[in-house]
Amino acid sequence: MSEPRTLLRIDRVSKNFGRVRAVDGISLDIRENEFFALLGPSGCGKTTLLRMLAGFETPSDGQILLDGRDIARTPPNKRPVNLMFQSYALFPHMSVRANVSYGLEMERLPAAEIRSRVDAILATTELVPFADRKPEQLSGGQKQRVALARALVKRPRLLLLDEPLGALDKKLRGAMQLELKRLQHEVGITFVIVTHDQEESLVMADRMAVLKDGRLLQCDTPHAIYEHPSDRFVADFIGVMNFVPGRADANGVQATNGTKITGKVPATLSSGASAVAAVRPERIRLFPSPDTANRVAGTVEALAYQGLDLQVHVRTALSQKPFLVRVTADAADRRPVAAGDRIELGWDAADVRIFAD
Amino acid sequence: MADGGLSPSAAERYRKLSQTRLRSNLLMAPALAWLTALMVVPCALVLALAFFRRGIYGGIEYTFTLENFSQVLDPLYAGIFLNSARIAGTATLIAVIIGYAAAYAISAAPRRLQPVFLFFAVLPFWSNYLIRTYAWIVLLNREGLVTQLLRWIGYTGEPPSMLYTEGAVIAGLVYNYLPFVILACYAPLSRLNPELAEASRDLGASALTTFRRVILPLTVPGIAAGAVFVFVLSIGNFVTPALLGGGRFQMIGNLVYDQFLTANDWPFGAALAMALIAIMLAVLMAQALLADRAAGRTREAEGGADG
Repeated sequence: MSEPRTLLRIDRVSKNFGRVRAVDGISLDIRENEFFALLGPSGCGKTTLLRMLAGFETPSDGQILLDGRDIARTPPNKRPVNLMFQSYALFPHMSVRANVSYGLEMERLPAAEIRSRVDAILATTELVPFADRKPEQLSGGQKQRVALARALVKRPRLLLLDEPLGALDKKLRGAMQLELKRLQHEVGITFVIVTHDQEESLVMADRMAVLKDGRLLQCDTPHAIYEHPSDRFVADFIGVMNFVPGRADANGVQATNGTKITGKVPATLSSGASAVAAVRPERIRLFPSPDTANRVAGTVEALAYQGLDLQVHVRTALSQKPFLVRVTADAADRRPVAAGDRIELGWDAADVRIFAD
Repeated sequence: MADGGLSPSAAERYRKLSQTRLRSNLLMAPALAWLTALMVVPCALVLALAFFRRGIYGGIEYTFTLENFSQVLDPLYAGIFLNSARIAGTATLIAVIIGYAAAYAISAAPRRLQPVFLFFAVLPFWSNYLIRTYAWIVLLNREGLVTQLLRWIGYTGEPPSMLYTEGAVIAGLVYNYLPFVILACYAPLSRLNPELAEASRDLGASALTTFRRVILPLTVPGIAAGAVFVFVLSIGNFVTPALLGGGRFQMIGNLVYDQFLTANDWPFGAALAMALIAIMLAVLMAQALLADRAAGRTREAEGGADG
C-alpha cells in the first residue's frame, strides 16, 4: 500500500489564554480517511486544539494546513470542516429534517439536491422514522445520530467530534463506538475525535495523539503506543501498567530492595539515574519457568474475576502498590491460586519498558 | 383481605392530599381577599357605572342605558383610541429594538459582569416615576439641557421645540418601560446554549443568518412578553402624555382622567375605562394563549418521546 496522503498538517501551533499556554507548540499530521484520536486528561489542551481546527479559536502561533492551505484564520463558516458538539447543539425549534438540511441550505444548493442528500444521510443514520420530530422528542442516542448526520451531510473534508460518546451510558457507548467506526468507513471522511477515555481511543482510532499540559507526548497507532509508550505518563495513562522504581544500570533497573529487573535501557538514560521499570499485567506469568529473565516472589492479596480473565493482586517487595497480573480464565482453572498463597511471578526482558522517573 | 390492607394507606394518602390542598388554600386566601376587595369589586362598580346616565349637574342618574358605549365608538373618541394605540405601538417597537440590543450586549458580556450591567439597566426604576418624567422636561425644554448642549457646540438658530410633542411622549414612554424589555429579553438570551450559535456558524451560516434563524426564533417569547408589557402600560398611561405632551396630545388615559375629574361624566369615563381594560385583556390573553400553545407543544413532545 502506498503512503497515505496528509490531509491536515498542524504545524507548531500554540494558543495562549492570557498568561495560560493551553496549547504549546503542537505539530501533527492527520492523514486522509483516517480515524484520529486526540487523547489526554482534562485540561491537556485537546479541546482548545479541536476548537482551533473548527475555527472557533485562532492560534497564537503556528499554522493549520488543510490540503496545503493555511486555514488558521479562516472563519468557521468558510472552512470545509464540521464539528459535532459535545452537547450536540441541535436547534431545538427545528425538526430533525430541518436540523440536517440547515447546513446545505447555507450552501444555497438546489432544493431537490438538499432533499435527496438529507434523505440519504437520514437513511444511513437510521433516522428516517424520526425526521419530523423535534430534538426534545429524541433519546440521547438518537440526538447523537442527528448531530452526526447534520455534520456528515455537508461532506466535510474533516469531521471533528468533541467527546461524542460522553453523554451516553456505558452499554450504548460500546455499541456507538463500533457504529462510528462503521460510519466513518462508509462515508470515507477523516474523523478527528477528542476524548479523555483511553479505552475509547484504543478501540476506535487508527492513530492517536496523547496530550498533556498543552504538549504532544506521543503520536502513533494504538498498538504502538500501548506496546512502546514514549514516557512514564503515557505508559500509565494508556491501559494498566506495573511500575518498579529504582536506578538504571547497563542492562536494567536496580529496584530499591536490590532486586535486578532486566530489560532494555533507553540510550538517553545514564547509569545510576532514577528510573522505573514497567510491565503490562498480561505479560506476567504466575508460575514462570526457571529460565525466565525476571522472577520475583510475592503473596496473593486479592482476586478479581472479570469473566474472560482473572486479575490477581500480588504483594511483592519491589513496589508500594501490589502487582496486577492478568491471567486467562483457562490458565486460572488449570492452576488455581487463592488469597494468601506464596507464589512466584515472572516476565521476559523483552516485555520490560524502562523510563526516566 | 388484600383490600383491607390497601384501604388504610389509600385513606391516609387522601387525608394527606386534602391537607395539602387546605394548606395551599389558606396560603392563597390573603392574596385572593386583596384582589377581590381592591380589584374585582372596584372594577365591577366601574362597569356598573358605565350603564347609567350622567346627571344634569354631574351626578349619576340611575337609569339603564347603552349610550355611553355607543359614544365610545364615536369617531372622535375612537380616533383617540387609535391614536393611543399608535403611540403605544411606536413606543413598543422602539423599546423592543433598544431593549433587545441592550439585553444581547449584556448576555454577551463576561458572566460576572452581567449582574452589574443588569443592575445599571434597572437602576432608573428605583427613582420616582414622576421625577423621572420631570427630568425629561428639564432636558427637552426650550432652554433645556439639550438646547444648551446644542448652543455649546455652536448651534445659533431657533431652539428646537421638542417638549410637548408626540416625540417627547414616545421618548418618555420608551424610557420608563425600557427596563422591562431588557429584563424580559435577557432571560431567554442568557439561557441560550452558546454552542447553538457556534453550531450554526460551523454549518456555514454567517453571523447575521445565525441571528435570524437561530437566536431570534429562540428568544421570541421574551420579546413578546416585553412588548406586551410596554404596550399595555403605554396605551393606558396618562402621566407621561399629560406632562410631556402638555395636554395637546390626548391619549385614552388622559381622556378617562378628564371624564372623571374635569367633565364630571363618570358613566362615560367608566365606559372608556372598560373599553381600555377590554383592549388590554385581549392583548394579554393573546400573548398568554401563544405562550401556552408553545408550552403545550413541549409537553406533548415529552409525552410522545419513546426511549
